Amino acid sequence: MEEDIDTRKINNSFLRDHSYATEADIISTVEFNHTGELLATGDKGGRVVIFQREQESKNQVHRRGEYNVYSTFQSHEPEFDYLKSLEIEEKINKIRWLPQQNAAYFLLSTNDKTVKLWKVSERDKRPEGYNLKDEEGRLRDPATITTLRVPVLRPMDLMVEATPRRVFANAHTYHINSISVNSDYETYMSADDLRINLWNFEITNQSFNIVDIKPANMEELTEVITAAEFHPHHCNTFVYSSSKGTIRLCDMRASALCDRHTKFFEEPEDPSNRSFFSEIISSISDVKFSHSGRYIMTRDYLTVKVWDLNMESRPIETYQVHDYLRSKLCSLYENDCIFDKFECVWNGSDSVIMTGSYNNFFRMFDRNTKRDVTLEASRENSKPRAILKPRKVCVGGKRRKDEISVDSLDFSKKILHTAWHPSENIIAVAATNNLYIFQDKVN
Amino acid sequence: MFARGLKRKCWDGDEDVEGAPAAPSYSLQRQSLLDMSLVKLQLCHTLVEPNLCRSVLIANTVRQIQEEMTQDGAWQLPAPPVAGRGPLDHLVSTEILCRAAWEQQGQRPAPDLPSELPGALGAPAPGSAQSCIWEADSSRGHRGSFPKSLDQIFETLESRAPSPVEGLFADAGGPYYDLDAVLTGMVGGKSGPGGGDGLQALAPAGAPPPSASCKRDLGELDHVVEILVET
Repeated sequence: MEEDIDTRKINNSFLRDHSYATEADIISTVEFNHTGELLATGDKGGRVVIFQREQESKNQVHRRGEYNVYSTFQSHEPEFDYLKSLEIEEKINKIRWLPQQNAAYFLLSTNDKTVKLWKVSERDKRPEGYNLKDEEGRLRDPATITTLRVPVLRPMDLMVEATPRRVFANAHTYHINSISVNSDYETYMSADDLRINLWNFEITNQSFNIVDIKPANMEELTEVITAAEFHPHHCNTFVYSSSKGTIRLCDMRASALCDRHTKFFEEPEDPSNRSFFSEIISSISDVKFSHSGRYIMTRDYLTVKVWDLNMESRPIETYQVHDYLRSKLCSLYENDCIFDKFECVWNGSDSVIMTGSYNNFFRMFDRNTKRDVTLEASRENSKPRAILKPRKVCVGGKRRKDEISVDSLDFSKKILHTAWHPSENIIAVAATNNLYIFQDKVN
Repeated sequence: MFARGLKRKCWDGDEDVEGAPAAPSYSLQRQSLLDMSLVKLQLCHTLVEPNLCRSVLIANTVRQIQEEMTQDGAWQLPAPPVAGRGPLDHLVSTEILCRAAWEQQGQRPAPDLPSELPGALGAPAPGSAQSCIWEADSSRGHRGSFPKSLDQIFETLESRAPSPVEGLFADAGGPYYDLDAVLTGMVGGKSGPGGGDGLQALAPAGAPPPSASCKRDLGELDHVVEILVET
């Protein structure tokens, strides 16, 4: 009886108003800019918060630059589509930075339907001595003006302002899951469940559709696009991943509509592991090119895989993130955790990869030494400046003192979003509504 | 959801279940998974569009289970499971899907919904009445209906998911028309066996639904029944 009443509540749209106090603060994306000086986070409430690394001072050599809040702005607002009677969430799905070309910073942020280009700029001087306005900005009576002066710029307290420069709307029928800036810095792509569109930054009322996998008859739909990214150096090349565990690499020079892939990456299924959940856990939740452009990394529910672009038949490396969940798939299907979309990241030199897990754990794999570590992002377990202690999940049998058993894991504490500084060993980890920044210890 | 005594969790690995046999049989597990999946597909009535990826994955899982059940010849349903009345709640919810499918195929009208129909939604249902329904249905066989109902689920999702712009106006009138048709059928007390009272008249046995609405019956039926239960 109670379960059914609960079901009705979930069906009922009012559930959205039962806000947990910090529901709107749940971080939904994290991204460093190209120099690592700035770190942007987007949250479920449509806000973007940008952190800036403080300059290292010569006096405090041992104190690495810390990240402080630089700018906060509301990027997206909730909308209501009256024609379809549907809400459009303001949650920021992805943020991507543009490379810096002048004093201002530019980033793309997107919710389910609309991409926006934001300009973040500093103002530390203001003009004083206008002729037609007084110091408070009130207009002067022209009759009282007897002399002319040239306004001068005087220093003021630093002000960081964010302004929306472009709004790219009305191009996606389904929910946008990825955006990716092209290496030509003139175009970018946005991908939803069934289509990928190519945009020019200057043009907001047109986009080119470059991938369309919507079947003529929706009843035949069995596969959706889950993530997409441009190659870091070749502006004609991009990849997209699917819910069936496949990756397609496309070349935009081949044709205007890239429905036929240039390369198709798929690992043959292991028949011994086959179950009703095989397809669901093979669904790729994130795909990332290495910085070199030679490899791609994919994340599915239980593993992270590294693929060589030159070999389509199988990945060159497979890392188990939390294989102890394999025997719990039914429970995870029941509570919907099996649909969680974890992201994955490379470090600056492509030698280490990182991804999140449950219980606020995140994992790092060293591709060279083949060693891996499990760390935890939580206030209770780490004081500021303390060294993170490796964690271990105990699979069966006797549990050692510091280990956690699989059944004690908290599945509501999931680390879906992480980021790695482009050149240094600084990582940002989003744990629900908390952001953790970890740095290599200084010797 | 599960009979008293069963832990309120899916079977997994080697969990010990109190008060019930040590491990449910494979076909019972499979049936339970199928029911769970169908319920998940139906829980799309929020104001925000359902997650298409999740829906596609669940639908594919349902198809896989159906295919295996067909191969096993397990499609003809066995006697109701002895595990208690819990799993039958699931069965009733799938029964609604099958009924909607039969309407479209123009088969014989489905039997009366028992007055325990609310059992699918909130109230517990006595075991015996349910088992009667199920056996009656099983004689019909579900062989053709599940794939149909799956497609209907997608039609429902499709009608919920945004259509191409040019089709928008065509679709906009649809759901309202269906709702009216169903409610009219109920109020008019048309020829459903047993009279047109309450939820039984929702069996659009007598009132032939417009063909376009059959596909949307799935979502609208649920919606309508919810409204009726809440009033």
